[in-house]
Amino acid sequence: MLDFLNGWGLTLIIFLPALTALVVMVTPNKDEENVKIVGLIGAVATLVVSIVTISYFNFDRAGQAQFVVNRSWIDTINSNYHVSLNGLGLPMLVLSNVVIVLCIVYSWNHWPEPHNPKAVLALMLILETGMNGVFVAQDLILFFVFFELTLLPMYFLIGVWGGPNRQYASIKFFLYTMFGSAFMLLGFLALYFKAGRTFDIDQLIANVQTAGISSGTQSLIFGGIFLGFAVKVPMFPFHTWLPDAHTEAPTVGSVILAAVLLKLGTFGFIKIAIPILPDAAKDWAPFIGVLAAIGIIYGALGCLAQTDMKRLIAFSSVAHMGYVMLGISTLTSYGMNAALFGMVAHGLITGMLFFVAGSVKERFHTLEIARLGGLLETMPKLGWVFGFASMASLGLPGLAGFWGEFPSILSAYNPAEGLNVALFRGLMVVAAVGTVFAAGYLLWLYQRTAFGTQKEEWNGHHFHDVMPSEWIAWAPFLAGIVVFGVWPRLMYSVTDPAVQVITKVFGG
Amino acid sequence: MSVFSVLAAGGETVAEHSSSAPWILAHAWVLPALMVAAFVATLFFGKRMKFLGAEFGIVSSVATMVLAIGGVIQWVRLAPGTHGEEGAKAEALRAVGAGLRSFAAHFAGEEPIKLRDPIERSVSWFRNGSVDVGLGIHVDGFTVAMLFTVAFISLCVHVFSIEYLRGDKRFTHYFASLNLFSGAMLWMVQTSTTLGLLFGWELMGLCSFLLIGHWWEDKTNSDAALKAFFTTRTGDIGLLVGIVILFFAAGNTFDMAAINEKALHGGINHATLVVAAVALFFGVMGKSAQFPLHTWLPDAMAGPTPASSLIHAATMVVAGVYLFARLYGVFWQGFSITSGGMNFGSWIGAITIVSAAGLAFVQTDIKKVLAYSTVSQLGYMILGLSVGAWVGAIFHLVTHAFFKALLFQASGSVAHSGSHHSFEMERMGGLRKYMPITYRTFFVGYLALAGIPIFSGFWSKDEILNAADKNGFTLALIAGSLGAFMTGCYMTRVMAKTFWGENRLHLFHDDHDAHGAHAAADDHGAAAHDTHAHDAHGHDAHGAAVAHDAHGDAHDAHDGPHESPALITGPLVALAVMATFVGFANWPFKDFLFLKRFWFEKNIANITFEETIAAAGKVHPFNWGVAIPSIILAVGGIAVGYWYNVVKQGDLGLVRRGGVFGLGHKVLKNKYYLDALWTDLIIGSIKGPIAKMAYWINQNVIDAVINTAGRSAAATGRGVYRYIDQGLVDGIVNGAGISASTGGGVLRKLQNGKVQAYAATFLAATGLIAFGLVLFL
Repeated sequence: MLDFLNGWGLTLIIFLPALTALVVMVTPNKDEENVKIVGLIGAVATLVVSIVTISYFNFDRAGQAQFVVNRSWIDTINSNYHVSLNGLGLPMLVLSNVVIVLCIVYSWNHWPEPHNPKAVLALMLILETGMNGVFVAQDLILFFVFFELTLLPMYFLIGVWGGPNRQYASIKFFLYTMFGSAFMLLGFLALYFKAGRTFDIDQLIANVQTAGISSGTQSLIFGGIFLGFAVKVPMFPFHTWLPDAHTEAPTVGSVILAAVLLKLGTFGFIKIAIPILPDAAKDWAPFIGVLAAIGIIYGALGCLAQTDMKRLIAFSSVAHMGYVMLGISTLTSYGMNAALFGMVAHGLITGMLFFVAGSVKERFHTLEIARLGGLLETMPKLGWVFGFASMASLGLPGLAGFWGEFPSILSAYNPAEGLNVALFRGLMVVAAVGTVFAAGYLLWLYQRTAFGTQKEEWNGHHFHDVMPSEWIAWAPFLAGIVVFGVWPRLMYSVTDPAVQVITKVFGG
Repeated sequence: MSVFSVLAAGGETVAEHSSSAPWILAHAWVLPALMVAAFVATLFFGKRMKFLGAEFGIVSSVATMVLAIGGVIQWVRLAPGTHGEEGAKAEALRAVGAGLRSFAAHFAGEEPIKLRDPIERSVSWFRNGSVDVGLGIHVDGFTVAMLFTVAFISLCVHVFSIEYLRGDKRFTHYFASLNLFSGAMLWMVQTSTTLGLLFGWELMGLCSFLLIGHWWEDKTNSDAALKAFFTTRTGDIGLLVGIVILFFAAGNTFDMAAINEKALHGGINHATLVVAAVALFFGVMGKSAQFPLHTWLPDAMAGPTPASSLIHAATMVVAGVYLFARLYGVFWQGFSITSGGMNFGSWIGAITIVSAAGLAFVQTDIKKVLAYSTVSQLGYMILGLSVGAWVGAIFHLVTHAFFKALLFQASGSVAHSGSHHSFEMERMGGLRKYMPITYRTFFVGYLALAGIPIFSGFWSKDEILNAADKNGFTLALIAGSLGAFMTGCYMTRVMAKTFWGENRLHLFHDDHDAHGAHAAADDHGAAAHDTHAHDAHGHDAHGAAVAHDAHGDAHDAHDGPHESPALITGPLVALAVMATFVGFANWPFKDFLFLKRFWFEKNIANITFEETIAAAGKVHPFNWGVAIPSIILAVGGIAVGYWYNVVKQGDLGLVRRGGVFGLGHKVLKNKYYLDALWTDLIIGSIKGPIAKMAYWINQNVIDAVINTAGRSAAATGRGVYRYIDQGLVDGIVNGAGISASTGGGVLRKLQNGKVQAYAATFLAATGLIAFGLVLFL
């Protein structure tokens, strides 16, 4: 079994969804049920393979690459099909596979309009291939291909199944991300030419140290890569595509976007930009830290100004990813662990919030905060789930969000050697202040939508409380939020060994 | 290590410990675990149970109470160890078993007090590099005292709530929150780390939020809940920062014992300790409602009264005091308590005592008087810790918990059976005759709070004032004494308005009928709140009215005040007994019958106490020189209060005449304008103009750049197409005479597509930049 997984495990995890997408596309549309079942089977199979693979993962060596496959791919540019898994990619890989399955379950009986389950399923599965690929790719070109592969399905999901302003939002999403990726690609190319004509991440890490690239050049390369990832995260001030994309996207689109796609950016920083260019990372760290701290407060202020529930949740992502980026910018193991934890926690929590928003939208056909109210009265279960997710989102200890937030604040007090301590301590205070803002926008949202009584315009309407397909889709999210919140060791024991490898060059 | 070992409750036990430690003390985590289990059971199965889930909470809190009593017994009987030398290093002392230590400077001529070592247990919570963060407990006398207090009051409140919230629409949720709260508090007082403490601290904040907002249909209630959460969270900025600073300063550890030790033995430089102490103190101010962050506590009275009694009087609000006392080494150094000059803590404490007592005079709602009184008494605790009365402050925490829980529950009893669910004192009066048990128990609480000898509050308050005097904090002594006078005075006002004189409920009878009719007419019950005046009805009115409408047994005697049933008076009597006698626990004179001299002190004294106050020689014997003036002041306050409220019927016309009194009254009525500052000015402007401005910038500056870039790219694309492609290239092609009418059409369609235009321009631009970069590199 282990031999098989060593050779084929990751490849299966990557391409099984794409294969399923093909099958879905050729399944006759006559019987819609069949299409859905095929899609679900494919996604579940992928999840099962990844769980089986992970059960063979050696957690004592979580810092090292496992299930390595390295075959030649494009010889002319010395690019290989090189994939492997370590503690950085593992949590994200699981998250990605779980989220897709649950999104399919959630959609089971309410597909976004225009009704076309076949296309939505196929796009979601292609998306999954892209995401899974990003988390295991060890070759920059391979990484780039998967990174870009995620763009197209999401573009269509928003552009076809989105809200009234979907065209603007989808094009903005597509081009903005492309704009960033172009610079990222330039950075990759520069690395290729400057550091030994290879795209292999491990080799580049070694080569850059010996290649004698001037620090100015390294900084410039880092800048290009930074732009690509910063747009994806998104960091202030490159975030403006996000609220539009989220507001317009169908529910599952928002969930996938928030839960996984944003993390491609932060993951890229931890996996590629920082290990390959540690010196440049040090130059850029204060700048990243400042942008992150601005993002925390700015995102919160953006939330406070919103009148639409979904747009508010979207803006909260800017603030939350600020904590993740602040942790990364400290270049310490505390910060990176916090970032990786924060990525998973944000995925679960904000994904959950978008699910709730989707369900509210489905019932009320509006997300305007002023028209909602008394959710706890009309739909107590939905109201409580919403309250739970809000509490998790504001970083309540005991729930997952806390472990993305507090250690990030902690890490900023003592950044890596050579970074400006006074600056980062200032950022720490800003981040700590941000926790109050988070409580502010989330609880005010909750007060206006869930407390109080139902608005008069809905009198006489009957609303279904949480339905079985929703419970099935949400239960793992809710359970994950509690389990990770109570027992952080689950994440730390996976991420920490890998993080230690990265932060060793920064002295801790 | 496989995936299973990661999932398994991992990590070896970190702290060494003696295997012979008494069971309850070594398993103190069972207490919060029981309450959390009750919470889970109530949440998931409560509604299906006969008593709607209350049974889980009752069973768990009885079990917790039994364990807490067992814990006290085990701790008291715990033998001081035989190994460990006098003056041995703290490190060695903490390690194994029990050490033998004596108070350095005090009790000369007596048998030295033998310190018992804390019992520690810990498992690995997570590991970051070489730093293992443990999840552990640290049980000592202080913890045991807290466990007992919390368990006792929690049990009383659970019993009281069965009757008080009978028929409430969210009865089950109420009990679930109560259980979770008790669990969080019981956890907070035994955790060994600042991080563990933060867990309990914030979970209590959550429960406080849920219980204040219990009747969330009403915006006043949810506003109060949010205000409480935001204010304490604002203080928590300091708490977070303080925890972080101490984590690194003490060498990558959250362990509070280690932090204290480092702080006291020069392991952390003084400047760091000052910053850390001040930062932590902001957290203390938020949670323990110190001026000027106290404004949430009176509003929190919007919650059900038994919850107010447990959370906002007896236990949660002392979390800040607990933190202060637990990390005393940090504050001792950071505030330079030993120097005797007024420090940050003693200033805040002193201001809080007097300012809150002042506000208590102008309240018409009995719960609000008690709430301001709580703020004022919390001021005594903070003041006590800040002037070196470590034992005194903790002792006051304990005595206050009992008598204030009593006062709140008695006021709940009054509302329940004596004033038609109103807390307005205008609707009361003369209840002495109708509610004898409630009256007598309230009277005990009144005497205890006022600081009349024999009753518990006297002993503990006296210790604080004594320390303030002896340790050179004259201003603190003045503030504390003034507070004693004011307390006697405003509490007498409460007695006069509530229990003495003639009953005034009938004056409001019409209003009440209207209310009853309204509530009864409304099936939804809880929706009955919008239409009638809140001020007149007080806070519990709606929920309780709903409750009684719903179960219909109602109060047959809705027409007149009467005594409450046994489920309510029982807890009152139990608390009254404690409020009377618990003060003897720290009997300051020679052993007398069962009274042992400084029994409480000897049992809660820990290493931190010894290395700070005892080492500095600041443990003081009872002093009549302070006690007698404070008794005179308290009695004087009562006398003045009696004269003004009873003899003069509460009206000398001073306020009406304006001038200084009128102005003072206005300032007090407006709560020193602090709500205007916090809620209206600061929060209002962040929520309103500042957020709007930020969003305007987002849409009109940052996003405008992107949109402009996009639009100009598209325009460039169109230009290129029209002039270069169609004009130039196509012209040449046309000139060559080759027609491309069919294919061109298709091409044109493609080229008109927005995406292509964007992408083309974009790639061209990228190419240019790439070219530049390559040249540059």
